[in-house]
Amino acid sequence: MKFGILVNEGPFTHQASDSAYHFTKAALEKGHEIVRVFFYHDGVNNANKLSEPQSDDRNLVGMWSALAEEHGVELIVCVAAALRRGIKDELLAAGFTISGLGQLVEAGIIGDRLITFGD
Amino acid sequence: MSILHTVNKSPFERNTLMDCLARAKDGAAVLLIEDGVYGALAGTQASDAIAKRGAIKFYALGPDLDARGLAEKPLIDGITLIDYSGFVDLAEAHNPVQSWL
Repeated sequence: MKFGILVNEGPFTHQASDSAYHFTKAALEKGHEIVRVFFYHDGVNNANKLSEPQSDDRNLVGMWSALAEEHGVELIVCVAAALRRGIKDELLAAGFTISGLGQLVEAGIIGDRLITFGD
Repeated sequence: MSILHTVNKSPFERNTLMDCLARAKDGAAVLLIEDGVYGALAGTQASDAIAKRGAIKFYALGPDLDARGLAEKPLIDGITLIDYSGFVDLAEAHNPVQSWL
């Protein structure tokens, strides 16, 4: 089955980014396809390569990058939400790409399910 | 195919669980995740709202109960504990998936 994932919250607010990550990972392990992970609103903070959590804290930015590298998952960051928060191309961690809201709509069309994580 | 509702906030913090239950139809599934798992505890002010909806199937995410130290607490009768793999299965078996945020 094809899943689209929408992340509307940053890694240090509640738990939405963690939930989205663990859902995505579990879906991949079960052999499902992740059409795209779309980062919107404060979710764009998941893409900031300057993020440097303490060593005993999970590093979601790095975890997403690793997922993109291992499974080829497409990580798309909303351009308007990103620029508003100072997230520019040169700040993107590996595996993330800045694009438009059309990518979210397309994920909804292509995917069998669109799962929203946020606040 | 029936709807899967997910609720990620405690019923003692927000009204999303009650809003969800007010709109969820019989035959739907409700999955409690993140702080939403507080809604799965037995003997709270919010327990009755779930306990009296026998025609809805309720699930709670075990890892999130565990993360809050609630793994050993008594849950409302009829709530099924699942992990992330079970969450994926639920999302596959229902359509659409409605997230109450």
